[in-house]
Amino acid sequence: MTTQPTTTEPALTSTARQQVLVLYLNNSSLDSTVIGWARYDGTGATSPTAGDGDEPPYATGVAALLDGWRLFQASQLVPPYPGHEYDVSFLKHEFLFEKLVDTATTTAPA
Amino acid sequence: MAACPAREQLLTSARMARFVAHGFLRLDSVVPDSLNDQALGVLAAGVPAVPYGTPVAEAFPEGSFARSLLDLPAVAGALYSLVGPDPTIDHHAVHVRQPQEGQAQPLHGDAIIDVRPDAFDVQLMYYPREVTLEAGGTLIVPGSHLRRTNESDTGRYQNLLGQQRMVCPAGTVLILHHGIWHGGRRNDSGVPRYMFKIRFNPTVPQVRLWNTDDLGDPEVAEELRTRFPWYEQATGRLELHNRIRLWRALTGDPSFDLDHWVTRVTNRPGRATVDA
Repeated sequence: MTTQPTTTEPALTSTARQQVLVLYLNNSSLDSTVIGWARYDGTGATSPTAGDGDEPPYATGVAALLDGWRLFQASQLVPPYPGHEYDVSFLKHEFLFEKLVDTATTTAPA
Repeated sequence: MAACPAREQLLTSARMARFVAHGFLRLDSVVPDSLNDQALGVLAAGVPAVPYGTPVAEAFPEGSFARSLLDLPAVAGALYSLVGPDPTIDHHAVHVRQPQEGQAQPLHGDAIIDVRPDAFDVQLMYYPREVTLEAGGTLIVPGSHLRRTNESDTGRYQNLLGQQRMVCPAGTVLILHHGIWHGGRRNDSGVPRYMFKIRFNPTVPQVRLWNTDDLGDPEVAEELRTRFPWYEQATGRLELHNRIRLWRALTGDPSFDLDHWVTRVTNRPGRATVDA
């Protein structure tokens, strides 16, 4: 029987809060480099906002996994619309991660 | 607006190419303290609103603060190079980021999505006081101006690699392409941060309005080749493609290319011309 690594996470009690990390990557691979980022903090301990830093929190998407972030959404690869192959619009490679923080036992932001 | 500025006051082709690549130009300390010292009082009193599309001379009469700002040789030369003679005022506004306010503006482009392939508005932003990093100077994303996005749909992008957070001396002027992603940042300092903005609509074709003496200089191509750290590897190549298309429109030269990017994908020997 394969032994899976265990993760310690708070039970879903009323004191658990979600932190969200969004990473925009250089290509569709999770191990490519970070080119953009956003953070949202459900604990209320921090209030991230646009233009609050120039240094990305991680170098790659996988680096976030290694630091305990759990991936819950990744962009689909969408074919270009015929006749609009050269248009540029939103960033294409968006990956959303979460951590659950038990605010009853944690005093510092994750 | 005054007659065509002196040729040496116009932008060079290299500076125009930089605008086409970056989506903005920055003129540090171009406004003298004699005007900066008047600015806060003038802005606090309010600059009278005008109907959209009012000619500059009607919107800002001779002797007015705003007119004095626009008649500065460096400012007049840049505006003429970008939007030509007699542009109209789309609108203007005074923006103040109050100290210790809650959050930044979402990253956005102004007005609505605007995909004109061969014309553009510019927006002048004037900072009468020094802007420190903490004071909430404008966030600008270089090279974002050709993206087809609508207003604040980009609000989820908090930080992008290579972004510019405005820190500048008093009297600095930015001139932005209408499509550039930007936003007022949160002011974490103890003093208000002021900015006066004016949006200009061109009234002439925007073709070779600048000093074209250096059009063949290799620096032009080097500016147009600029890659920004936030560009995805693949999409960054499409940005070059779109800059080439814009440069062709601004120079009136349909044969211009960089490193074969557009030629390669429009080459159909013996077939009808494809406008890719």
